[in-house]
Amino acid sequence: MLKYIVKRIGLAIVTIWAVATLTYFLINMVPGGPFLSEKAVSPQALAALEAKYGLDKPLWEQYVTYMTDALHGDFGDSLKQRGRTVTSIIATKFPVSAKLGGTAVIVSLLVGVPLGCAAAMNRGKALDNIISVVATCGIAVPSFVICTVLMYFLGVHLNLLPTFGLTSWKHYIMPVISLAFYPTAYIMRLMRSSMLDVLGQDYMRTARAKGLSQKVSIFKHALRNAILPVVTYVGPMLAYTLTGSFVVEKIFTIPGLGGEFIGSITTRDYTVIMGTTIFLAALMVVMNVVVDIVYKIIDPRIKLK
Amino acid sequence: MSEYLVDIKNERLSFFTPAGEVKALNDVSIHLNQGEVLGIVGESGSGKSVTAYSLMGLTAHPGKLIGGTIEFNGHQIHEMSEQEFRKIRGNEVSIIFQDPMTSLNPVFTIGNQIEEVILLHTDKDKKQAHERAVELLTLVGINEPEKRLKQYPHELSGGMRQRVMIAIALACEPKLLIADEPTTALDVTIQAQILELMMELKDKLGMAIIMITHDLGIVASMCEKIAVMYGGRIIEYGTTDEIFYEPKHEYTKGLLKSIPRLDAEEHERLVPIEGTPIDLLNPPKGCPFAPRCESCMKICLREMPPVTTFGDIHYTQCWMNQKAQMEGGATNE
Ligand SMILES: Nc1ncnc2c1ncn2[C@@H]1O[C@H](COP(=O)(O)OP(=O)(O)OP(=O)(O)O)[C@@H](O)[C@H]1O
Ligand code: SF4
Ligand SMILES: [Mg+2]
Repeated sequence: MLKYIVKRIGLAIVTIWAVATLTYFLINMVPGGPFLSEKAVSPQALAALEAKYGLDKPLWEQYVTYMTDALHGDFGDSLKQRGRTVTSIIATKFPVSAKLGGTAVIVSLLVGVPLGCAAAMNRGKALDNIISVVATCGIAVPSFVICTVLMYFLGVHLNLLPTFGLTSWKHYIMPVISLAFYPTAYIMRLMRSSMLDVLGQDYMRTARAKGLSQKVSIFKHALRNAILPVVTYVGPMLAYTLTGSFVVEKIFTIPGLGGEFIGSITTRDYTVIMGTTIFLAALMVVMNVVVDIVYKIIDPRIKLK
Repeated sequence: MSEYLVDIKNERLSFFTPAGEVKALNDVSIHLNQGEVLGIVGESGSGKSVTAYSLMGLTAHPGKLIGGTIEFNGHQIHEMSEQEFRKIRGNEVSIIFQDPMTSLNPVFTIGNQIEEVILLHTDKDKKQAHERAVELLTLVGINEPEKRLKQYPHELSGGMRQRVMIAIALACEPKLLIADEPTTALDVTIQAQILELMMELKDKLGMAIIMITHDLGIVASMCEKIAVMYGGRIIEYGTTDEIFYEPKHEYTKGLLKSIPRLDAEEHERLVPIEGTPIDLLNPPKGCPFAPRCESCMKICLREMPPVTTFGDIHYTQCWMNQKAQMEGGATNE
């Protein structure tokens, strides 16, 4: 167990460092820079700006400075949003995205797992076919289409739900549906196929032969085995969803991290790009560890190593 | 109500598959007294497992009982609902499957899986169920039962897991234990131990056993009666002595010929008789064994052979025997 923890922490540091380094050099390799797009910048002002943020130094030196600061927890100031540190941007925007994304993940689990099970248990019957069609659609239709359709019908046409912001529970409905659509469909499919697999296992026959009811057989003996692939999927998916979706945040005008991330790329806000990327990588690493541990709890055969 | 513990009369069971009706069981009749051991032998696909499962209401989809009656311990099995079945499964009748590696749920402890069936069928509370589980593991010869109960299936060897399966099966002291090739997946030395254990427990607890196997050695040493199945029929039925020393059906004779010696020590596997098993989707009109039978006559191809009886329980379904008996009867008179 101790070996596992040490190994995991080591791996996490290497992963995050690699992601950070790669990102750092990639964004600097792309022509252009944070201050070039603005029209009326005189060469003197540009030089002054670059000097202020250290962009005039050789790339290597910039990199070392950035990494050293980052190690001390200082991710620098935003190059574009005057007077705001990257840390404060993440600290204000992440909770918004996380609340929305977390709700979406919970919804997708609550809907996807039972429907997937129901499809497997009614294999080949009408219910299974309906669920399969819905799942395929859910996977195929991109989220901006869902957002737009929801927005048009529920928001504009019927005027049932607010179309922007996140100020009441009603505001959550459309963004959550949009965010949860794909994962729900995916979980449904995963759950269906793994449940079918488990239902054919010998231990399910044993459960029946013991005289257990179908309910107990499914809820006790099948579900715990069948949920494992879903756990594997939900870990990384959670990391992505918590950090927000650009499309959904843009369409519903939600001030979240997803919009911030894409926004920072288009404006070449180097420090914000770096900060959000490192944050996502760290979250991903944490989620993978959580998946490992949950896996171990569910399936005693798994050894943490 | 039947005087027998198990009384299957003319059971017919088919699987209604997309390709058509698979006639898995045709006129199968079996009866068994309390405490008796019946062996069912026959090649793969002959219907051994289907017969046994139907007795517990475990027939797999799309199988359906389409004829005959099944009585067990006073229950009319053929008209029982799933709910009624649940009360007797694991309680009055239990089953041990072929592969102990996969028959236990990998994510629950041994203790949980044994106690589960006790809690389900008795009024025992958790603590009493645990005590009973310890008792059961001791009964099936597992050391350190307290420790084992906390372990997961993957931490146990194959033989040990089959012992656990037996413990689960015996938890509620069933009247009948069905063993569907209980040792096929185990090492030879472990096989002998498990069979010995089963016989020992049978003597101790007095339950009847239906032993399904490919292994004639097992049948000879364990069973009082033997049913030989072929193509979804019992083509010969009798006491172990009758089957081994006075086999009547050509298939049975072929089976016996394929064993070099009749030593109980030698656990010889059945050597398949030449030819392929019949297609249960399109069963022949006459004797199912006809295409492979060296003594096949014209009538064998045209009509199903009737039952010819010898002595109390010994019977076969074969024209040659029917003819011999009729001629014998005629000359005797
Ligand atoms: N689920 C099913 N669907 C369709 N047909 C089936 C099904 N289960 C069994 N059968 C049919 O019933 C026949 C008898 O099967 P059964 O499992 O009883 O054979 P067996 O004698 O136990 O063979 P083995 O020694 O291989 O276990 C098979 O030939 C098969 O055609
Ligand atoms: S009935 Fe005919 S074909 Fe069938 S076993 Fe007897 S002799 Fe052979
Ligand atoms: Mg079988």
